[in-house]
Amino acid sequence: MISVQEQDFNQQVEYDRLKCKTSIGAIVTFTGLVRDINAGQSVSDLSLEHYPGMTEKCLTDIVEQAKTRWNIIASTVIHRVGQLTISDQIVFVGIASQHRGDAFAACEFIMDYLKTEAPFWKKETMINGETKWVDARETDQQAISKWQHK
Amino acid sequence: MIKVLFFAKLSEQLGCRELTVESDSIKDCEQLLQYLCEYKDDWSSILNAQSWLKAVNQSMTSNNVVLNDGDEVAFFPPVTGG
Repeated sequence: MISVQEQDFNQQVEYDRLKCKTSIGAIVTFTGLVRDINAGQSVSDLSLEHYPGMTEKCLTDIVEQAKTRWNIIASTVIHRVGQLTISDQIVFVGIASQHRGDAFAACEFIMDYLKTEAPFWKKETMINGETKWVDARETDQQAISKWQHK
Repeated sequence: MIKVLFFAKLSEQLGCRELTVESDSIKDCEQLLQYLCEYKDDWSSILNAQSWLKAVNQSMTSNNVVLNDGDEVAFFPPVTGG
């Protein structure tokens, strides 16, 4: 399941949805939250813009790539857009697999590619009212390279 | 017609999110970029200020793709989701 949405999501609902077959022996989930400090500055709010259509296509491609590398029985990727505030949930990736190794790896792979390829952009509002587009991080790009040598 | 989209910081700087361009004289992405650089006074400096990413028909590419009538081309900053 892939969803780009404004509304929040519920961990238990998503976990139960992933637990769909008796062959599943492992579920790994990742949740990204809005941090109160970024690059040393206090953040009060975050807005997320995306490229409708391409975003969904890109997330589908990333999940399909993961499926060619690992045993995945069920998967969920949810990414929120619009106005968010401190500690809000931004992104959810959940992988259900027979064994934990595949679930851990696929979850990390999907997050690493989502961060460098999916067309989302964050804009922060600071405590002092200033707004700033978040810059892409070199470390996110480096995270991809570990999957390219495997 | 070619549909051109701008996102995030780039759309803010250009003051434009979307425009359509007649495709007759534009054969590829380089020609489109050239056209956009001349579209308004400050667009050349904004478009050349950093290396923006590009997607043709919603697939990211760094190549000079040949463009056809009905294509959608988007320009945007490096992505920062997650």
